[in-house]
Amino acid sequence: MSPEINLEEQFQARIDAGEKIEPKDWMPEKYRKTHIRQISQHAHSEIVGMLPEGNWITRAPSLRRKVGLLAKVQDEAGHGLYLYSAAETLGISRDQMFDQLHKGKAKYSSIFNYPTLSWADIGAIGWLVDGAAIINQVMLTRTSFGPYARAMVRICKEESFHQRQGYEIMLGLAKGTLEQKEMAQDALNRFWWPSLMMFGPRDAESPNTEQSVKWKIKRKTNDELRQQFIDITVPQAEYLGLTIPDPDLKWNEERGHYDFGEIDWNEFWQVVKGNGPCNKERLGARVNAWEEGAWVRDAAMAYSAKNKTQNSKVSKTA
Amino acid sequence: MNDKLYKYLLMLGDNSMILGHRLSELCGHGPSLETDIALTNISLDLFGQVRNIFQYAAKLKGANTTEDSIAFLRTARQHHNCILLEQPNTDFAHVIIRQYLFDAFQKLQLENLCESADDQIAAIAAKSLKETNYHVRFSAEWCKRLGAGTSESNQKMQEALNHLYPFSFEFFEQNEIESEMYSKGIGPDLNRLKDIYFSQVKTLLSTAELNIPDSPARHTKGKSGIHSEYLGYILSDFQYMQRVYPNMQW
Ligand SMILES: [Fe+2]
Ligand SMILES: [Fe+2]
Ligand SMILES: [Fe+2]
Repeated sequence: MSPEINLEEQFQARIDAGEKIEPKDWMPEKYRKTHIRQISQHAHSEIVGMLPEGNWITRAPSLRRKVGLLAKVQDEAGHGLYLYSAAETLGISRDQMFDQLHKGKAKYSSIFNYPTLSWADIGAIGWLVDGAAIINQVMLTRTSFGPYARAMVRICKEESFHQRQGYEIMLGLAKGTLEQKEMAQDALNRFWWPSLMMFGPRDAESPNTEQSVKWKIKRKTNDELRQQFIDITVPQAEYLGLTIPDPDLKWNEERGHYDFGEIDWNEFWQVVKGNGPCNKERLGARVNAWEEGAWVRDAAMAYSAKNKTQNSKVSKTA
Repeated sequence: MNDKLYKYLLMLGDNSMILGHRLSELCGHGPSLETDIALTNISLDLFGQVRNIFQYAAKLKGANTTEDSIAFLRTARQHHNCILLEQPNTDFAHVIIRQYLFDAFQKLQLENLCESADDQIAAIAAKSLKETNYHVRFSAEWCKRLGAGTSESNQKMQEALNHLYPFSFEFFEQNEIESEMYSKGIGPDLNRLKDIYFSQVKTLLSTAELNIPDSPARHTKGKSGIHSEYLGYILSDFQYMQRVYPNMQW
């Protein structure tokens, strides 16, 4: 048995025993690469996700809602920060990750390529998108890579606050005037299917699952998670008095789950490939913020370098 | 009396509201995640201050007045903020200079308002001052960083300062209401604050390797409700929901 194989077996044994892998521990190259990819994509989703909701901050309908939304979008920036830091422990810099995002080499969650067209979309995103994210992420609080698992514990707490805040916005609308109720229904109509797509392709078309299960990046398959989301969300929609836009949706007594209609996988792949309604605008906004901020970052670096040399001069003369 | 105090509260609240709005436009578009978070935080603090002030104003006004009817249902001519605060986010240099010029004033004003004869105002000021102390540290630090950073950043900051500095005089153009508030021990003596302000600002800006522009003060009357053309656009954005869907709960 070669020493490499031995290391890999020991590594897997640690994971199987429920131990956390820390950045300085030995790890297979593929484990490192997979984690860099997944964590950085997750970080990108947090910061691109700021854009569709940021779109309504200046138009929030009350001061209370404005403050709530500002705080939420700020939380997402914080999530981006923890996740970029977690990925950095694996030997990649934040600038490198940004570069991959800006060049279109790294993905982010496709849901953020849909436009926010009314205030109700802010409610629907909190309720459905943060809701779906929680289902994915609760699983990740027990993933094998320590920094990722710990970031997820912190993030999940805030995501469930976002989910409740979003649902509360929807509840207000659903109990409001006819116009408000219509606004809420329209938002649900547009965000329902894209939310189901957040769990990724069907298991049969999801090649990475087996390895991911071994490393505890995945504890449940895409289809299982999607079903879990639907089962939780349908009664919530009923409570709101809103209709889920799926004529095939019905409770299946035998399975103990809701049956649901076919997802438009063509739309899913089109959006993933960059042809969604807002892909160009979202990426464009990120690239623009980065390029316009270059002189600011350069100045901050130059200033701190100047101060360092000044401080060392002072300490030499002292 | 109540009516004058009400107007005075609008003057206090509108500065924070309009600047908070300008900062909220930047959320998600900052030069780095850290600055994005910090500026959103300042915007949040400012809107928190606005809520405290307008809740108090709504109580004074009575009837159906709420913090939201004050915030969302006034015309541009009924706003009393200084014109500096409605200047656009032209670039990060403008954002930082605008912020510093306001923070330095607001800190002095709040320190005084903590001693206000009006207990509510004093309590709101005490709470706000803690936040503003942090804001001014942030904006002053960034003035130095960008002013003394690179020649490019120095040039951008100097341009922003040349544009914005002349607006800062409006803070000290004491109007009738402010004079009355001063005479009642409710508001500060703006004439006295003026000298302190400009000496502090000059010290900081010279540390930041920036030159004080010798252009004269802009003749502006934002506090009396005569604004720049920007305010109308700010309000059409800010008030959109309340105007299109009137009389609803959110
Ligand atoms: Fe998040
Ligand atoms: Fe997330
Ligand atoms: Fe969230």
